[in-house]
Amino acid sequence: MKRAGFSTKWMPILLLMPQLVIIAIFFYWPAWHAIQSSFYLQDPFGFGSTFVGLDNYTDLLGNSEYRRVAIFTLVFTVLVTFFSLAIALLLAVKADNVLRGARTYRTLLMWVYAVAPPVAGFIGLIMFDQSWGPLTRLAGVFGWDFVLGVNFNDTAAAMVLVSVWKQIPVNFIFFLSGLQSIPRSVREAALIDNRSATGRFWDVTFPLLAPTGFFLLIINITYALFDTFGIVDTLVKGEPGNNPMTLVYKVYVDGFRGNDLGGSSAQSVILMVLVLALTIFQFRLIDRRIHYT
Amino acid sequence: MADQTPVQTPRRSINWGAIGDHTVLILGSLFMLVPLIMVVLTTTVPDVDIIKYGPQLKIGDQFDENFEKAMFEASGFSGANTGTRMLFNSFVLGIGFALGKIVIAMMAAYAIVYFRLRFASLAFWVIFTTLLLPLEVRILPSYEVVQQLGMLNTYQGLIIPLIASATATFFFRQYFRSIPEELVEAARIDGAGPVKFFIDILVPLSKTMIAAMFIIMFVFGWNQYLWPTMITTEEDMYTLVRGIKQITQTLEGTNVPEFGRANLLAVIAILPPVAVVIFFQSWFVKGLTESDK
Repeated sequence: MKRAGFSTKWMPILLLMPQLVIIAIFFYWPAWHAIQSSFYLQDPFGFGSTFVGLDNYTDLLGNSEYRRVAIFTLVFTVLVTFFSLAIALLLAVKADNVLRGARTYRTLLMWVYAVAPPVAGFIGLIMFDQSWGPLTRLAGVFGWDFVLGVNFNDTAAAMVLVSVWKQIPVNFIFFLSGLQSIPRSVREAALIDNRSATGRFWDVTFPLLAPTGFFLLIINITYALFDTFGIVDTLVKGEPGNNPMTLVYKVYVDGFRGNDLGGSSAQSVILMVLVLALTIFQFRLIDRRIHYT
Repeated sequence: MADQTPVQTPRRSINWGAIGDHTVLILGSLFMLVPLIMVVLTTTVPDVDIIKYGPQLKIGDQFDENFEKAMFEASGFSGANTGTRMLFNSFVLGIGFALGKIVIAMMAAYAIVYFRLRFASLAFWVIFTTLLLPLEVRILPSYEVVQQLGMLNTYQGLIIPLIASATATFFFRQYFRSIPEELVEAARIDGAGPVKFFIDILVPLSKTMIAAMFIIMFVFGWNQYLWPTMITTEEDMYTLVRGIKQITQTLEGTNVPEFGRANLLAVIAILPPVAVVIFFQSWFVKGLTESDK
């Protein structure tokens, strides 16, 4: 709030109303409902529900299928985050180096940001088509018999590749603007101190980029957990079967297709807690950042 | 980008470093671009050729025919989901979402920053907690709420629940707080009321911010997948991105899968958001990097 604000009483209430009403109906109500129904066992046909306490949660933790999905999600998140950050950082450093064409490269590298995840998944389907996909053929050259949608590991590899491809632009944009905000004087001082470009990168540039990197780490984890839904859904062609899937996809499959509302709600609540923890972590990092920027 | 010349090592006869930088950047750009080029070229090749040889880097003569099929021929049962219809729905979602979100967010941010309000901090927390939980984790209860309100298969049902998150409000709050306080003092001395100050001073001042938000939100809305998939069951309500699922499903099982048409629809789904991001890239980068911090 600003010191010299207005003091009209009804005006701010009127201004806040639309946002508060929408949030109450479409955010708090559903979120509360998810927590509530995670403690109930619901009849799939809508005939009432029974309070079962923590049963839905203990069922999940004891369920080997759920553990398998959780482990896959973990591996998937680590791989996607690592590769998209590493490749984007490399490209950003190079783009920051070149005198000519930095703008052109930025344009070429950033457009994928705007591609919708399921469309990216669709492009993946074309690239990995079983009989003529260019990438399937490429894998064949190395003796890798790639079968998308049938072999668990192959499908997982395609998911990681498409997700990394889709996420590189965001990381690239942030890294590049982070690099370009490093003052010239700092770069020149570093140039005098250390002649090796690699040495300069690790001693000077990398620590200065670390805040951007931490911020991107959270963004990427959230992306891998939630925004890859469309990619996963397209690549498994809507047939989960033996295919790999992420935790969010399982919420959808169990709740919407399997009608296991209690179990699905319990999964939602587990994810909510996970995101909550991530966000708190992020806010603490941002808080700390303010001190050294 | 232009006003800052990167530091360079002293010139030698051949600058191997620069050649290396460009090589990495060109490889990176190819990695990002080639899949799209293949998909675009595939829209011009006869379907039979694709089934035989797969996507190739050549231009065929089938574009007109595929375009005709993609835009005006329906793939569903009802005959209602032609490309034109889906394109229209996508625009309604993208523009409606961006406009709705910006208007509501600016009002709320204005109330929070410029008014003395007893419950200001409560309103702040109620609104900003929504940043913590993405729609994906409360997807089923949200669906139930929309169903109870009778908003399935409507534009309101498509757009409003997506607005129930405070991202834009947060950006506008940060932005308003960075505007000097003297401005509102001066406006009050001149006798301007809250409405006049908002419309005559604050909105014009925020033009760049509004444009950047519009671009980011339009792309976000256009690319929505999970939510439209759940709440639109009638084919004349499908958006292009939601239609992708149906497009990929028609590729399975038909005698001669219509790859040209499917690829063309995917390209049309990519085009508007990518064009927006590329044409307005400086605003887009500004909005993305400056407001997120």
